Amino acid sequence: MIAILDYKAGNQTSVLRALNFLQIEACITDDNHTLLQADGVIFPGVGAAKQAMNRLIEQKQDILLKELVALKKPLLGICLGCQILLEKSEENNTQTLGIIKGTCDKFNETWTDGIDENNIPQKIRIPHMGWNTITIKQESPLLKNIKTGDSIYYVHSFYPNPENKDLILATSIYGKEFPAIYGYNGLWAIQFHPEKSGEIGLQILKNFYDYCIKK
Amino acid sequence: MKENLCKRIIPCLDVRDGKLTKGIKFENNIDIGDPVAKAKQYYLDGADEIVFYDITASSDKRKIMLDVVENVAKNIFIPFSVGGGINSVQDMRAVLLAGAEKVSINSAAVKNPYLIEEGALAFGSQAIVVGMDVKQVEKSEKIPSGYEIVIHGGRTFCGIDAITWAKTCEKHGAGELCVNSIDADGTKNGYEINLTRLICNAVNIPVIASGGAGKPEDLIEAVTKGGASAALIASIVHYGNYTIKDLKEKMKQANITIR
Repeated sequence: MIAILDYKAGNQTSVLRALNFLQIEACITDDNHTLLQADGVIFPGVGAAKQAMNRLIEQKQDILLKELVALKKPLLGICLGCQILLEKSEENNTQTLGIIKGTCDKFNETWTDGIDENNIPQKIRIPHMGWNTITIKQESPLLKNIKTGDSIYYVHSFYPNPENKDLILATSIYGKEFPAIYGYNGLWAIQFHPEKSGEIGLQILKNFYDYCIKK
Repeated sequence: MKENLCKRIIPCLDVRDGKLTKGIKFENNIDIGDPVAKAKQYYLDGADEIVFYDITASSDKRKIMLDVVENVAKNIFIPFSVGGGINSVQDMRAVLLAGAEKVSINSAAVKNPYLIEEGALAFGSQAIVVGMDVKQVEKSEKIPSGYEIVIHGGRTFCGIDAITWAKTCEKHGAGELCVNSIDADGTKNGYEINLTRLICNAVNIPVIASGGAGKPEDLIEAVTKGGASAALIASIVHYGNYTIKDLKEKMKQANITIR
């Protein structure tokens, strides 16, 4: 069973629907016991880092998340969940969980992506919203049947920047190359939205589940 | 050098009392089918996103729309947004909880721009699309661009310049703008490219061009000359003249980054 951490921050239900569609048993919960008993935990999130951190701290879920990692419970952070596993976010200068060393940085409005019909570089628009492609940097059970060039759906203004570059499993380019997925076996963080990335995203969620039940 | 971020094709489904419908210049709406089945078809055909526009918007019928949203969310795994009759943070919450990724607000934002801010604070900017209905008018001191914001399907002129309004929406925290030309809507004569370009130059958030798509070249123009991040389509695919696959193929041939 996959437990989706309920901390009242966004897209838990879309993740649940995607898992239901895949016929994976899952629930949205804030119950510590259920989370500790689950085969794996998904830590989703949409919205602002500060509010999310405040909620986590209020409900002592920051401690719970660290405990889950210490117990090597498979954990998958998505979007905001991916960002706040790091130490600090540039978004309102927020101190975040610090489970993995690194920061979450803002896209710079002066960066460019492509050129217009007059060959003038086009400034990136923020948020980075829409479909982009991934380049796979390392093999991982999470990326089974996923290949470089596959499209995934993003919505974000900040991107994860883990200190240890060996943790980067896949990247995308928007103004510059940034980590799309980082982590290691059993602790993964995805900046894009697998639950909204069509067949490719569903495959990634299935890969996570397969890893959880094999473990 | 091609861009990395794909240009999006977004079919728009107008829904009335839970049924799919499409009119010309906001009038003469005729029912053309089941929105959930149509959404699924477009999802499988490669739509990048889907917009549902609830044109009933009478409060007693809102529940029907929420059922549609829930059914869509169970079946398609790409983002979709819902607009029409969203007047409060509560309305936004209901639609987002039912499974939509974004809400689109239009006249409610014109009446109270702080609604954009409240929505962005509660759900994040990425969830708040502002739909702007625009009509071309004579340039004046009040409307220097010659494009005026209208509401009530184009029947009420608001006395606000579209460019000023676009910047106001961005300032209040809109994550995206959907710029709909009432003059071009349903005509299949192409998007209002000049308007699209003016808005794209005025803001730094993504802009969706809307109204007037009739052939693949129109979409190509919207994202090149117009500078839009996405193109909204309706009649061009609803009546089977083109499939989304056809449109994407043509755009790829024009060297546009497409999923």
